[in-house]
Amino acid sequence: MKDKTSDSRLVFENVSHSFGEVAVVKDMDLTVISGEVVVLVGPSGCGKTTILNLLSGYLKPSAGSVIREGVIRTVYQQDGLYPWLTVSENILLGLRFIKDTVLIKKEMAELIGLIHLEGFEQHYPHQLSGGMRQRVELARVLAGESDILLMDEPFSALDYQTRLRMRRELVRLLEIRPRTVVFVTHDIEEAAQLADRILVLSNRPATVQKELRVHAPRPRNLTDHAVIEAMKEILTELGL
Amino acid sequence: MKKNNNIKPPGSEISANPEKAISNNFRKSRYPRFGLPTLVLFGILLIWFIISYTNLFPAYALPSPGAVWKSFLEEIMAGRLINDIIASLWRVAVGFVLSAALGIPTGLWLGQHLRARQAFVPMLNFFRFLSPLAWIPFAILWFHIGDKPAIFLIFMATFFPLAMATMAGVATIPSIFFRVARDYNYKGFELLSKVTFPAVLPQVITALRVSYGISWVVIVAAEMVGCQDGLGYGIWEARNGLRLDSAVCYMIIIGLLGMGIDRLLAQLTKLPTVRWGYER
Repeated sequence: MKDKTSDSRLVFENVSHSFGEVAVVKDMDLTVISGEVVVLVGPSGCGKTTILNLLSGYLKPSAGSVIREGVIRTVYQQDGLYPWLTVSENILLGLRFIKDTVLIKKEMAELIGLIHLEGFEQHYPHQLSGGMRQRVELARVLAGESDILLMDEPFSALDYQTRLRMRRELVRLLEIRPRTVVFVTHDIEEAAQLADRILVLSNRPATVQKELRVHAPRPRNLTDHAVIEAMKEILTELGL
Repeated sequence: MKKNNNIKPPGSEISANPEKAISNNFRKSRYPRFGLPTLVLFGILLIWFIISYTNLFPAYALPSPGAVWKSFLEEIMAGRLINDIIASLWRVAVGFVLSAALGIPTGLWLGQHLRARQAFVPMLNFFRFLSPLAWIPFAILWFHIGDKPAIFLIFMATFFPLAMATMAGVATIPSIFFRVARDYNYKGFELLSKVTFPAVLPQVITALRVSYGISWVVIVAAEMVGCQDGLGYGIWEARNGLRLDSAVCYMIIIGLLGMGIDRLLAQLTKLPTVRWGYER
């Protein structure tokens, strides 16, 4: 299936959003270009998830406009898989607009192989560990014709070691199936290891406080100079 | 469908839980599952036997186990018991299926439409709190004697709780399921049948079991007044003839049949597609 990024784009034009009296996002401009991995970090409750919801179209902005070009899929923090469907049935959701059954079968085998879950096709989500479930979510969003992945703290519910493993897993999968990614996290290690560009958000209402680029190739170790430098900068920005 | 309940995949990410393993083994052991209830049953039979043997109560007020057994054989030989069982089962089945066929879709619809909920829930609640027995005069007036009044009463007793339980189930579906559905373009009937319904199915199965219990209770009362056969009518007849041994025999059959059918309904909870609803 898609092994290179097609033209996809996400643009915020002067977007503001408020819930009642509470302004959550204020005058934000943002352009995510095709194939880019943008990570949003910021203090908890600053409006990161609201930004993702605005990007996905789940929320309509109170002011400004959002341009979306490409098929968007979201990886959620947890419980995004349908518990009544098996691993392969969940992944099939991502392939549901493909009519060619031979192609579906081939793609399914490839995806299961990609996430190393051969033999677990007929298992249900509650029979898997947290890390395995998130791998199935990754396979589902990478299936078929998706262009843009929105990731809402996808590894935050996992233990530390699994989180480290999942970061590597994501990098590996994106090598094979590149996508445009907007990744929300409060974990600065995650941001430094994964991002092409990191946007440090201010307290609510969220504005981009600092934008920094990480040029080192992926996968990046936690001890890599570029990662440490990026983490230092983020920590300084967050006043920590 | 492949049954793979309790299968925990091997692998580094799966944590072994010895305590859970021990409790699973205990659960699988046949002794507590069958042994303990059998002991209780024998205990109760023994107490019953002692009370009737010592004539603590007169025989006409509390028949002995032997008299009940004799009455059971008598009813079987006469063919009345089998006939009554079939009549009651038929009425419960029709009333219950009708109620499920209308109550579950109503609940799904109400769960998805706020305005409809606002409009209908007070009325549904009103009817839910009306004892089904209050409908007996209407049932007889409208449907006379026979299957129909009993079926009507079972429907009235089970439709409202089923619809309300399904509606409440829909209201508690995690919003993330609908967000995923939106990502993958599920709309309209497909959303209802492939997301909403399976998401609420474990709760619907529980509601079905509860409603079935209600219908089995109601059938006895319904048949006492609106029918010429059936298990409820059997008890009424026994009471008229002061044959409490026969009444107890019918009571035992009602209890056993109720339990048996509930066990059958409980099998639904073992379907692999609903196991998640009972395991977390």
